[in-house]
Amino acid sequence: MIRLRRHSVVSRFAAMPAGRALPVLVVGAVLVLLWYALAALLNGHSAAQTAVSPGGEGWLLARWSAPRPVLPAPHQIAIALWQGLFDWPFDSPRSLLLQTWITAQATLLGFVLGGLFGWLLAALMVHARTPERALMPWVVASQTVPVLALAPIVLIILGSLGLSGLLPKAVIAMYLCFFPVTVAMVQGLRAPQRIETELLHTYAATRWQTFWLLRMPSALPYVFPALKVAVAAGLIGAMVAEVSTGAQGGLGARLLTASYYGNILQMWAALVMAALLGLGLTAAVAVLERVVLRKHGRRIA
Amino acid sequence: MSALIDPDTLPRSSAVVTPLIAKPAVEVRGASVIYPAADGPMQALKDIDLRIAQGEFISLIGPSGCGKTTLLRVIADLEPISGGQVWVNGLSPREARQARAYGYVFQAPALFAWRTVLGNVMLPLRIQGMRKEQAAGVAREHLLRVGLNGFESKYPWQLSGGMQQRVSIARALAFEPRLLMMDEPFGALDEITRDDLNAQLQALWQSERRTVVFVTHSIAEAVYLSTRIVVMSSRPGRIVDVIDSTLPDTRTLDLRDTPEFAALVHRVRKALAQGHH
Repeated sequence: MIRLRRHSVVSRFAAMPAGRALPVLVVGAVLVLLWYALAALLNGHSAAQTAVSPGGEGWLLARWSAPRPVLPAPHQIAIALWQGLFDWPFDSPRSLLLQTWITAQATLLGFVLGGLFGWLLAALMVHARTPERALMPWVVASQTVPVLALAPIVLIILGSLGLSGLLPKAVIAMYLCFFPVTVAMVQGLRAPQRIETELLHTYAATRWQTFWLLRMPSALPYVFPALKVAVAAGLIGAMVAEVSTGAQGGLGARLLTASYYGNILQMWAALVMAALLGLGLTAAVAVLERVVLRKHGRRIA
Repeated sequence: MSALIDPDTLPRSSAVVTPLIAKPAVEVRGASVIYPAADGPMQALKDIDLRIAQGEFISLIGPSGCGKTTLLRVIADLEPISGGQVWVNGLSPREARQARAYGYVFQAPALFAWRTVLGNVMLPLRIQGMRKEQAAGVAREHLLRVGLNGFESKYPWQLSGGMQQRVSIARALAFEPRLLMMDEPFGALDEITRDDLNAQLQALWQSERRTVVFVTHSIAEAVYLSTRIVVMSSRPGRIVDVIDSTLPDTRTLDLRDTPEFAALVHRVRKALAQGHH
């Protein structure tokens, strides 16, 4: 049984071209070795507290298993991650899975809202010069405001309107999400060639028909790379909102409380989960891209 | 010719079209087009007068820059005129376009990459509000006519250049326009494919007698296809000669080896040379 499972993992790597999998694995192995070396160097102070005589056989082990390490060893993070995920029921606030789910919800809601907003803004801009001239500078300027400074203000305003919890975080995620979508969408909606627009002109197609039959399909290949950037930016927005406002839940809140109590292992566990969540969300958009573009007859390499 | 046909035997749709037959398909009077350019205004077309009767096959031929494409685009309402008048079936080009009076085939196939061959031919029908199933049926029929049955579910990139252009012709014919405008449709194709498509286009015209306005820079193509050849010259773009074809109505590619064909080619070439200085 175990052998079978291992075989399937091996075969999955084998399915990747060997030229691609091998360098990735080598770099991974080197990084892990460096990490252990660095952990041994940095954790001298915390290991001293466990009173193991220096130079002994336990010396290295102590530095790799210090309860409050400066840099935890990879296996320590893995254990903390495992405990956070599986030692608590899903509905316990200590469950890392629950915190991840809370952040994912805010990110996804912000992503959907930001995507729609960015799309509407772009649709408005490609149909008339005036809105583009009037709006584009504001769209660009909006992204120069640090989200860290903006987040508490947005929360105060939305809080005064009686909105709390998920929605304010989603609004901040949306603030980061809409920008790449708008920029790519404006470019994509303008992508049709003159001959294609003229073709629809000879059919006396309405603006609405031109938008749906030509502009939108032309924009799709432009939009998906932007959506991948947007979903990652949305995650940052959601976590910044959690950190900067002392939220009750979410990976950002977990990071904040862990750092407050000096729980380094928990901080790393939350960080790894955030990275995995970001990867997962980006991968989900990539899958969506493949499905949609394939349905639109695009050649996919 | 229409007088010979008993009106009762005509299909119902023709009854609506019949009054229009009296009118010329295209009428251009004193039309000129002036583009603003860096070194002063450029006269793309000057004092063009042209009358195209229903059912004619007209070729516009001339050197690059003679305004033959511009003239076609003016008739299709893709380009505004600076002076003069243009009518299409008695309507202004804009009204004619909005009434979907013509089909236009561009130099490039201009197929939508995200639509199948069938989807591309269905496009004008769907824009006109035809139901999906009906549009698919009509589109299949037109693909059959250009010899592309069996390719319905292919995407444009899976077809050769010649096949792509045939799809675009099927698309232009799908909504049965009385007027077909073609802007160097075979210009980018190799000679063998071009001959093949010329023969197909000729057969199509023979069977349906739609008015065709065809822009080309190939003398042989113009002579082979047309009932009249309009020879144009550049700077400013103008008509230098209109040559009536003396070739028989039914044409095969072999016709190109006859002395009659050679004589016509010679006349067109002479007209082109005269206009050149």
